Amino acid sequence: MSETPQPPHRRAHASNRDLTRYAALFADRTQVMRSSAMRDLMAITARPEVISLAGGLPDTSTFPPQSFAAQMTRIAQESAAEALQYGPTEGFEETKDCILQVMGAEGMLPDHDDVIVTTGGQQAIDLVAKTLVDPGDVVICEAPTYPGAVPVFCSYEADVIQIECDQDGMRVGELEPLLDRLGREGRCPKFIYTVPTFQNPAGVTMSLERRQRLVELARARELLVVEDNPYGLLRFEGDRLPPLYQLDGGDFVIYVGTFSKILSPGIRLGWAVAPPPVMEKIVLGKQATDLCTSTLTQYFVREYFTEGRWQTYIEELVAIYRARRDTMVAALDEHFPAEASWTHPDGGLFVWATLPDYIDTSDLLAKALRADVAFVPGQAAYVDGRGGSSMRLNFSGVGEEEIREGVRRIGKVIAEQVELYRTLTGEHALPAREQQASAAEENVLPFRKTGEAGA
Amino acid sequence: MKVAVLKGGRSLERGVSLRSAARVEDALERLGHEVVPIDVGGDLVKRLGEGADVAFVAMHGVGGEDGTAQELLEILGIPYTGPGAAACARCMDKAQAKDAMREAGIPTPDWFAFSQAAFRELGAADALGRIEETLGFPLVVKPSRGGSSLGVKFAGSATEVPQALIAAFSYDDRILLERFVEGRELAVSVLGDEALPVVEAIPESGDRYDFEARYQIGRTRFVCPAELDEAEEGAVTEAALATYRALGCTGFARIDLILDEDGPWVLEANAIPGLTDTSLLPQAAEAAGMSFERLVERILELALKPAAA
Repeated sequence: MSETPQPPHRRAHASNRDLTRYAALFADRTQVMRSSAMRDLMAITARPEVISLAGGLPDTSTFPPQSFAAQMTRIAQESAAEALQYGPTEGFEETKDCILQVMGAEGMLPDHDDVIVTTGGQQAIDLVAKTLVDPGDVVICEAPTYPGAVPVFCSYEADVIQIECDQDGMRVGELEPLLDRLGREGRCPKFIYTVPTFQNPAGVTMSLERRQRLVELARARELLVVEDNPYGLLRFEGDRLPPLYQLDGGDFVIYVGTFSKILSPGIRLGWAVAPPPVMEKIVLGKQATDLCTSTLTQYFVREYFTEGRWQTYIEELVAIYRARRDTMVAALDEHFPAEASWTHPDGGLFVWATLPDYIDTSDLLAKALRADVAFVPGQAAYVDGRGGSSMRLNFSGVGEEEIREGVRRIGKVIAEQVELYRTLTGEHALPAREQQASAAEENVLPFRKTGEAGA
Repeated sequence: MKVAVLKGGRSLERGVSLRSAARVEDALERLGHEVVPIDVGGDLVKRLGEGADVAFVAMHGVGGEDGTAQELLEILGIPYTGPGAAACARCMDKAQAKDAMREAGIPTPDWFAFSQAAFRELGAADALGRIEETLGFPLVVKPSRGGSSLGVKFAGSATEVPQALIAAFSYDDRILLERFVEGRELAVSVLGDEALPVVEAIPESGDRYDFEARYQIGRTRFVCPAELDEAEEGAVTEAALATYRALGCTGFARIDLILDEDGPWVLEANAIPGLTDTSLLPQAAEAAGMSFERLVERILELALKPAAA
């Protein structure tokens, strides 16, 4: 192996005294940006021999390299100077044209001026929080919620309250009493964050009825809803449901979209659509953060859309992911014990599985890693330590053979824990049908329920 | 000198190891040594074969701290830092270490160690009631081999024991149930055969069951030297040195203890304690007036001339 050249005077690593000195300088909000032994565990999932069902990665291996090369070459030949230059903070109009095409495919038609191009959907979430959240403000989201949103809300010191999900997405019915309760305390949430379609991590989709109810509620109470929709176009079956943005018309819904799951996460291109007064502030926030989104990748998207096969590519992805979803669900049926349950997503990238509540999936991950397989422990999707018996499994980032083998390995380590528990307690296995029947009765997702929303 | 820094590997504590190693590599370079960083994997022997005067083992947990890498280094005849292979193996396995402590008359909290097989095949579960009676509640359940408090759980009552056992068994096939001793949490680092100033860990969050807090700046306060009276300090240091000897450690090690009104109770010995910027051994060395470079240099000296220790 060749040595990497090192600068002549590498700075010494901090001594403990330095750290103590810095510790006094850290903003309070860094207290929530945790580093922990568990994060070290997650780092091991990157080992090459580990089958990782922990990622949230789309499969970029199917993107034709010739097409990528041709588009980038055309950019270099025809608009090198412009593509290498700064761009407008809001993003190029041509990028917005592409965004409007994508949103149009889901029945939305926003105004150009209401759209801002962001560095990935993640930045859109960050900018919305930056624009709206003061320390201590309430933000409502789903339980479980997108694990990547939690640190964003926490870094603006939001008081995050989670509402349970079931098969039909966020239990919107629980929202009203929660809002009333908060109202009595003189508090009002700054926004409600939701991934209504093929939710990350649960894989569930909010029913039309709940969508309508949520939009009505937002309108009646003048609340903002942040609709994060990275997966909407990745539908494997069933009828398309209208996005909240479409139902609302954009008065009380801030929409967040991304090219990450329909084209590439590496280009870091996402967007937000917001009512003009909110957009004005978001643009200022964006300016302070990074002036503008990458010009180069915006040029790439423009070229890519000119080619006119972006929807065909999505169809190809859908076919691949559908097969992988089927493989995963079949493997779960075969290898997970009767005590476990899981969601059956109609689209997106994730399955959410829940184990008996005596199994902590964070600890289970250590055991799974010894068997060279990884998943995301459910706790990552909660702000209050719940979700301990659940796990998120990704089926988009790895091939079918790996999915089968990965699920088999996880199933094996779970089976060992289940058997051990029975030995320790003398309890017998719960027949699978009984478990499923009781879940169906309540129409609850197989989430471990440990308390009321916001409790 | 050409120093191979062994780091990473497949252990669950890979992250900590990489942070320890980064700091050690820096220090070695500033000391004028040639550093050969080796992320330990299948090519370890080959990489070491390329030549190294000494190996600095900066690995934590199974594979690096348990004597495995050390045995290879012995076969290759490369001197290495820290305790020898046999001592590493003893320190890594808490049940074994506690056996050795008890034999040497060192106070360690009462415990029972079990393998999974004992539960699966010998009906050990039926003995749980008696164990719980002996140890009392809360009791601590730990994987026998493991570090960074991974898988360590408290059980406040009998109903919480199975779950704690299952968690601990996720990390190792052998676990121990241990009497919980409430007291001050202390760590004594030993360098050569000399005890460094005692470090006390004071949880800021107030929740002593919150192990995550231990690894975060601001959530645990470390005081070094710990405020101990002369008798306390003597007893703590003596217990640590006795443990170090009983386990056959050389080079360095860190002994973790609890101090209550009955005196010190030794919990465990870490054969390769962390060397990250928040780790306790460097803190103790700093309190003894020893810079990190000097500490690294001293550790190397001890590896090369164990007799001079």
